[in-house]
Amino acid sequence: MSLLEISDLHAGYGQMSILKGVNLTLEQGEIGVIVGPNGAGKSTTLKAIFGMLNITEGSIRFDGKDITGIRSEQLADHRIAFVPQEQNVFPTLSVHENLEMGAYVRRDDFSSVMDHVYDIFPPLKDKRGQAAGELSGGQRQMVAFGRALMIEPKLILLDEPTAGLSPMFMSQIFDRVIAINRTGVTVAMVEQNAKQALAIAHKGFVLAGGRNSYTDTGQNLLNNPEVAASFLGG
Amino acid sequence: MNELVFFINKGLVSGLIIGSIYALGAIGVTLIFGILRFAHFAHGDMMTLGAFVTLILTAALAALGITLPVPLAFIAMFPAMVITAFIAIGLDRTFYKPLRQAGARPVVLVMASVGVTLMLQGLIRLFAGVRARDMFIEAPKEIFRIPFPGATRPVIVTEPQVLLIGFVVVAVIALHWFLTRSRLGKAMRAVSDNPELARITGINTNHVVWATWIIGGALACAAGTLLSMDVTLKPDLSFNILLPIFAATIVGGIGQPYGAIAGGFLVGFCETLAVFNWSILLRPFRDELWFELPNSMALVPTQYKLMVPFLILIIVLIFRPTGIFRGRVLA
Repeated sequence: MSLLEISDLHAGYGQMSILKGVNLTLEQGEIGVIVGPNGAGKSTTLKAIFGMLNITEGSIRFDGKDITGIRSEQLADHRIAFVPQEQNVFPTLSVHENLEMGAYVRRDDFSSVMDHVYDIFPPLKDKRGQAAGELSGGQRQMVAFGRALMIEPKLILLDEPTAGLSPMFMSQIFDRVIAINRTGVTVAMVEQNAKQALAIAHKGFVLAGGRNSYTDTGQNLLNNPEVAASFLGG
Repeated sequence: MNELVFFINKGLVSGLIIGSIYALGAIGVTLIFGILRFAHFAHGDMMTLGAFVTLILTAALAALGITLPVPLAFIAMFPAMVITAFIAIGLDRTFYKPLRQAGARPVVLVMASVGVTLMLQGLIRLFAGVRARDMFIEAPKEIFRIPFPGATRPVIVTEPQVLLIGFVVVAVIALHWFLTRSRLGKAMRAVSDNPELARITGINTNHVVWATWIIGGALACAAGTLLSMDVTLKPDLSFNILLPIFAATIVGGIGQPYGAIAGGFLVGFCETLAVFNWSILLRPFRDELWFELPNSMALVPTQYKLMVPFLILIIVLIFRPTGIFRGRVLA
């Protein structure tokens, strides 16, 4: 049984339909990368998972349960974490408080998870008392990741995690994604930097016009001349 | 020295008192704006309503023949704060929540709150009439005359003023503790920071909204009660101070509780110092002055007192548009 199974998803805002048949299946422990041109429905696919869109057709199953059309506040209950592309921290809360808010749904002792997050992102430990809004872009991204990890998610959804970051930070972020994935967390990620992202992906999904145009392993997509010609810039 | 005592009584004490009232009201307005994103115009009438609840409970206590070392109204205020908090939640569920759920824009909620204002004012007049009432039912208010060294006149502070200042200090410390130490308080700041992310994180927005109305309602009740204990209780009591409260909220940085406190005191002091007759303070030096001292030398005539908060507001918005504590930019 797959962990995440999106089948034939049609969805949009109001009357305007954006997704016209997206299929996406991820097994437990995989990294799935969604790439494609602007307006292909990449981020929209992630957002469709938690009720920000009007789903007209198709279904989303997670961990054996039908979660089609759940609301965003129910995500954490299913142990799905979402890291938005922008505005993904609480700017006036300290780094530590951001992590605490990540664990808001937890009533148990989460101090070991907190220590774990500080181990993965050592710079955060030094800045734990500082307001998240005062940090650099790369460090804010670490706070956003850390916040998402606090529920010990089964699935983490990343919306263009490297957008606006310098190349040095970009490879750091991909390294973190691999590290997080090695702890057993399934990752579904939308990326603009398709080549680097597909290189770390178990599965790749190339979307165009709101539907899958290619679905294969990350490596096969990189080697596919047609995909390279149309989406990866040659 | 008598002149200095006059300054303390008419300038500093008055400023501190009205500033405290503004701060209590502005905390509620700013929290409601931070969480629910609309300017709650009915806040002034929630203050009056709270004061009336206190008055009813005080009358009941007095009728039972209870006497205490502190004014009965001050004791009755605490259950009245609880009742007002529930009324605030009730008003939200009846009038604002359906609009929010229908996806109404903030300006629609502002208009709805103006409607609630009119409704509350009508209800209060319907049941209580329009006359002024004294909150001290069982005994007259105590007045403390503190002798000032070198002066024949004493510094005058009344009992409700002492209670008010004590209450504000405790309330501010408690609020600070709540916002920085408690799980729900931090969640409130998180929702105020980024409501979308708060939802994704699994923060229960309903609980946060309730907490906002409980704090806003309870503090409004306290402000209304303590203000009417200082003067008298009239149906239009708090409506008249609503505009300075909004000025204090914006000056302090909208959505910022600490800014609201600072803004409240700033507006309060500016107001009293602007109408203060400075010629009294200068009188001892009249022989050394290069000009003839007029009898009255206030910066603003008392009748135009309401102008002062707006003047401060305009100055702050020109030079620091987000308010002293960097609130949300009004868009």
